[in-house]
Amino acid sequence: MQLLDPMLPDQFLVKRKVNENKDTFTLTLEPLEKKSFLYQPGQFNMLYMFGLGEVAISISGNSEKPLPLIHTIRAVGTTTKAMQKLKKGDVIGLRGPFGSSWPIIQAKGKDVIIVVGGIGLAPLRPVIYYILAHRQDYGRVSLLYGARTPEDQIYLNEFAGWQEKLDFFTIVDRASKKWNGDVGVVTRLIPKAKFNPSNTLAMICGPEVMMRFVSLALQDKGLIPEQIFVSMERNMKCAIGFCGHCQLGGTFICKDGPVFTYKEMKRYLELREV
Amino acid sequence: MTLKTLEPILAKHPLFNELDPQYLEIIVGCAKNVRFKEGEFILREGREADTFYLIREGKVTVDIYVPHLGPITIHTVAEGEVLGWSWLVAPYRWHFDAQAIVATRAIALDGKCIRNKCEENKAMGYELMKRFSSVIVQRLQSTQMQLLDVYGIRQ
Repeated sequence: MQLLDPMLPDQFLVKRKVNENKDTFTLTLEPLEKKSFLYQPGQFNMLYMFGLGEVAISISGNSEKPLPLIHTIRAVGTTTKAMQKLKKGDVIGLRGPFGSSWPIIQAKGKDVIIVVGGIGLAPLRPVIYYILAHRQDYGRVSLLYGARTPEDQIYLNEFAGWQEKLDFFTIVDRASKKWNGDVGVVTRLIPKAKFNPSNTLAMICGPEVMMRFVSLALQDKGLIPEQIFVSMERNMKCAIGFCGHCQLGGTFICKDGPVFTYKEMKRYLELREV
Repeated sequence: MTLKTLEPILAKHPLFNELDPQYLEIIVGCAKNVRFKEGEFILREGREADTFYLIREGKVTVDIYVPHLGPITIHTVAEGEVLGWSWLVAPYRWHFDAQAIVATRAIALDGKCIRNKCEENKAMGYELMKRFSSVIVQRLQSTQMQLLDVYGIRQ
């Protein structure tokens, strides 16, 4: 029997590329050889541009229909900017899945509040898909989405469907007069979410400063840090807890995370420098 | 015939939650119901700030006019929220425009009237100042977060 090497990428074919906004795009990837691929919502893959670099990207598709794999990526560095130029038929390397997952099973029978900011919507989209597919297993579900401007919002074509089955609210930091939605910070949406604090789980993904303020606002509403889950982002290299690039204290974000309870991450999120 | 007052509505608004009924009775004398059509301006930058509004239904944008860019919305105010605090601080001029973007119902409170009542009744003035400070601080904190541009790309 040959053991799989977690450092060895598989080849994946780009089946489709969709531009979500000016710097964010979604790749649909099909394996060239692998026949199956299982992952849990919240896990990530290491995507490899051959000869250029490798980046950790959350999986943003439907975990119950895992293939083809869906990744939404923001072009911010050399590797992701090169990925933005990929076309249908190109091949990239992929290792994964890695990391911990969102508590979708633990959340059954409970109210759920999902708070996302910017591209933080992508790692939580598998949770949204899962909840929509098993809607009767959950109580009230609120999705609160903050973005920089209306033009920066992603997955716009899915909003109508989410609005039908979830308490879905959006807000942007600033807007022209063409926008008739809410303007302000994402924490302002929290009073719109209806939930029973003693029977609720919250899942938050976005910039760390946003997650800190959202967590504080949710605690003001009666949640305790054990009920709040956050997804952390660090510069991941090996993704298996060997290299230490993503180490935070005694924790490896790649292996122990990226999803943690706020209780576990509180001391780091409140630190000025790590 | 009993004349309905705005007291029960004001009492339910978060701004006046558990306010001494004696103060509420005084404030009611400075309040009236108002409606704004979609697109109607409620406040205009530079004009005298003599009123504030408790939004009951609808949505209002708070805008600043930026040359070459036009009006930019920096904040929206909706049901249960407060619009306007420049009536509280000299020189009592609005710093922004505010426009109803859908049909909006509100309670308008005469700022001058309330300022005068607060001068006469310092305890009530202190209580209202505490409540408005909380609104101002929340708005300021929101603005600081927006200025951080947390969703922008870090250079």
